Amino acid sequence: MVLYSLTFYLFSSVAVLSALMVISAKNPVHSVLFLILSFVNASGLFVLLGAEFLAMILVVVYVGAVAVLFLFVVMMLDINFVKLREGFLQYLPFGALLGIVLVIELGILFLTDRSSNIYNNQTPLQPIVNEVENTKMIGQILYTEYFYLFQICGIILLVAMIGSITLTLRDKGGVKRQNIVSQNTVDASTAIEKKKVKIGEGI
Amino acid sequence: MITLEHYLFLGAIIFTLGVLGIFLNKKNLIIILMSIELILLSVNINFIAFSAYINDISGQIFAMLTLTVAAAEAAIGLAILVVFFRNLGSIEVNKINQLKG
Repeated sequence: MVLYSLTFYLFSSVAVLSALMVISAKNPVHSVLFLILSFVNASGLFVLLGAEFLAMILVVVYVGAVAVLFLFVVMMLDINFVKLREGFLQYLPFGALLGIVLVIELGILFLTDRSSNIYNNQTPLQPIVNEVENTKMIGQILYTEYFYLFQICGIILLVAMIGSITLTLRDKGGVKRQNIVSQNTVDASTAIEKKKVKIGEGI
Repeated sequence: MITLEHYLFLGAIIFTLGVLGIFLNKKNLIIILMSIELILLSVNINFIAFSAYINDISGQIFAMLTLTVAAAEAAIGLAILVVFFRNLGSIEVNKINQLKG
């Protein structure tokens, strides 16, 4: 139990510190790298909570796809980041005040909620059975109970894919493309040209 | 002993850092998108903490849906950012006024 607590505090403190660095780092590349650190630590916390499948999904999807996408965009665009940091100190007191108020309010909410004890005596809809492993259980529920949500997820990803492709695709002039219709309609009369060449001269 | 409140506090702190990031980096669109990712991460932490402590697997399914939406949002947001940078040559948020909204 002590080990569990220590692991929780280790993962959560690193996650919070790296989240702090994400919003305060001068270089956006460092921001992205700290974002990756934060996600990895959060996935460690998920393992602690017994959600191994989601921990792995978090690493694969976020670190492998989203963070690398961010990294590509940050490195690809030639942006003057020093100019973008103007006003950081100007908004700092106001932002810090707002953040402190938000944390205190949420904390009060959690601490008072404990007395009502709503989440201790509730009967779960899909109880977690310890004999079945996490991934198998998710599969058993995802493909039966939440099948429509799963399909909608697929549609959302398809729309996102098509949308981002159409947004960033641009037609450059002078690119040669294959035109299958004109290829197939070629016959001897259009492809071959007969010329009369006089003897002793060329074309 | 780690209780549910510990995880909820962690989620609250990360959420607040995300909101703070949007406030502080008002000009940098990339950092704003990363702050949104942080906010969605805190939502995920809450979902999975509740799922573990109520002993209900549905929370993990919903965390997965959040993950999907976050991935789609990041892809479209970055695509818009790239188009915007091509057209204007900068990613300052206060210059995004082409729709005159």
